[in-house]
Amino acid sequence: MTNPNNAGSGTIHQARFVDPRGPAIATLRLLRDDGRLYADARDPGLDRDTALAMHRSMVFIRLLDERMLAAQRQGRISFYLQSLGEEAEAVASAAALDPADMIMAQYREQGALHYRGFTLEQFMNQLFSNERDLGKGRQMPVHYGSKALNFMTISSPLATQIPQAAGYAYAQRLAGEAALTLCYFGEGAASEGDFHAGLNMAAVLRAPVIFFCRNNGYAISTPASEQFLGDGIASRAAGYGISAIRVDGADALAVYEATRLARARIMDQPQPILIEAISYRLGAHSSSDDPSGYRSREEEEHWRRRDPLARFRLWLQHQGWLDDAEDNRETDRLRQQILAALKQAEPLPKPPLESLISDVYASPPVRLEQQLAALREQVLRYPEHYVATAGRLKK
Amino acid sequence: MTRMNLLQAVNQALDLAMARDERVVCFGEDVGHFGGVFRATSGLQDKYGKHRCFNTPLTEQGIIGFANGMAARGFKPVAEIQFADYIYPAFDQIVNETAKFRYRSGNQFDVGGLVIRTPYGGGIAGGHYHSQSPEAYFVHTAGLRVLVPRDPAQARGLLLAAIECPDPVLFFEPKRLYRAAVGEVDEGDDPLPLDRAEVVQEGSDITLLAWGAQMEVLQKAAELAGQQNISCEIIDLRSLLPWDVETVIGSVMKTGRLLVNHEAPLTGGMAGEIAATVQEHCFLHLESPIARVCGLDTPYPLALEKEYMADHLKTFEAIVRTVNF
Repeated sequence: MTNPNNAGSGTIHQARFVDPRGPAIATLRLLRDDGRLYADARDPGLDRDTALAMHRSMVFIRLLDERMLAAQRQGRISFYLQSLGEEAEAVASAAALDPADMIMAQYREQGALHYRGFTLEQFMNQLFSNERDLGKGRQMPVHYGSKALNFMTISSPLATQIPQAAGYAYAQRLAGEAALTLCYFGEGAASEGDFHAGLNMAAVLRAPVIFFCRNNGYAISTPASEQFLGDGIASRAAGYGISAIRVDGADALAVYEATRLARARIMDQPQPILIEAISYRLGAHSSSDDPSGYRSREEEEHWRRRDPLARFRLWLQHQGWLDDAEDNRETDRLRQQILAALKQAEPLPKPPLESLISDVYASPPVRLEQQLAALREQVLRYPEHYVATAGRLKK
Repeated sequence: MTRMNLLQAVNQALDLAMARDERVVCFGEDVGHFGGVFRATSGLQDKYGKHRCFNTPLTEQGIIGFANGMAARGFKPVAEIQFADYIYPAFDQIVNETAKFRYRSGNQFDVGGLVIRTPYGGGIAGGHYHSQSPEAYFVHTAGLRVLVPRDPAQARGLLLAAIECPDPVLFFEPKRLYRAAVGEVDEGDDPLPLDRAEVVQEGSDITLLAWGAQMEVLQKAAELAGQQNISCEIIDLRSLLPWDVETVIGSVMKTGRLLVNHEAPLTGGMAGEIAATVQEHCFLHLESPIARVCGLDTPYPLALEKEYMADHLKTFEAIVRTVNF
């Protein structure tokens, strides 16, 4: 890497400004719309089982999203965030990782979690924040996490996980682990200071981390044109001394290949790598958002034709790996399973009152114990007002 | 027993912790080979290698974000923020991430290994941005521990305890005492207990409470009061979050009067929390209003620093007023 302070960058003797409008970074695309490989594309050698598992995870997330958005509309859960149009990004990148690799997500990457083995029941328990939720019902829906699956618990503040991923990866390297960290974030989050901090620290400290940006065109209502003026997010990597690649986020095969190659490079030589996946947020930002106020139907229709699931499905068919009838039956079965799981998770009790004060610290300080004792008295005094916990308290 | 100053005590604690546990790692701005702008990490890179004691780019949010990540992986990062005045860029990482890491994950993940060291406080002609005492911002944040040592023995014992503690700790070091506070340190000492205040001097007429560099101020004021036959009980709070309510209440029950002193501005300062708690528990035992001797509600000034500070004379006057109420 050239450090201009240490010479080596040459001098000029007529003022010349560097023009930011160079040629845009090209997008890696392997699959054509008809699901066939481009003539000059290299087959990444994805095996049948992995490919089918990816397909099933993408279908799972689409169906779960559909059902749970409806559940939110019915007032059965408080909030929801879909991955519609971006299923391939999370699933295909997760498929290219080792299960020991840590994943740190933003909130629209539940496909990676499902690919890792998070069960339907675990998804439901978190969404209903019942007593079986691994997070003990403390966070909003879709803020998943699983220690067993190396999937760091999601938090709402944007981009905070980016420098954390650099630190986690650095620690993996110090511990001599043959594993890295993959960190997802959106193009809006990349405007946060933590993006800058995280990438620069990872570069300087040679942290084995893949920064995976989902550039889906919008941060809530803010179009990418109001988010940055440069050539997307990938162009920033060079400034940090980081390698980068841009991929078609609706092309599962391209996402898989880019992530696989990034991982191999990092395992060979510890370093951060930035992947920018270009896609479109087909759904609303969240259950609290209505995109019709800030973008056109035509625009949405244009992107709806680039459905990541449809393209990958065509490829699977060309491979002769997909039995259509069986696949459809499985999808129907899954729909039934989701409905059954929803009905099972919904009536489960909320976490017990004591869970309010546990885990703030490793063990509750005296003052917290006193606050809990006072609260317990209050709940017992007005049981009809605190229905979630009153019935479970012993007098 | 060895005689050393507060900086040497911090350095020794770090050295000891790094020698004992490979997971202890020190980093921050200028912390590496140079050993820190105050020399707190002096010699550590040479001894433990560049991978365990290193410089970071100049980014506070990056330092704490990185530290959160390392701690989540089971390491024990001791991150340095060069001056407490510059901790605010990392406020989000500390308040929204560090403090809530264990709680929000249902104890699946935590950053309990994390310690954030930072020099705080005035009295060194540091003006606005080399003098602040931001402890109250953090005391309002469940999930953090906040510690302030007053002398070399405490600095060593509390820092060792902080590094071993399963919760994230903010460790504010009184920089005006870095070299000024010299004392005997028992090198065989165990870590000091956390969230325990220390009764430094017993007395019967009034309880004086402070922490860190202000403990000197209390001592001087108590001496002046002693000349007027006022007997002061002096308590060093040591841990601001969680804080030792019991010890403070016990003392006020006995003396019937309380004065709290801190360098930070009065409004929203930690003294307010202490005063409210004590009046709640000691209402029938209080013989005068609780006195707060604090910094003014202004930014920390340069030229009029002496006038601004919650010094021993202001404290002495408040003691006399309180006792004669």
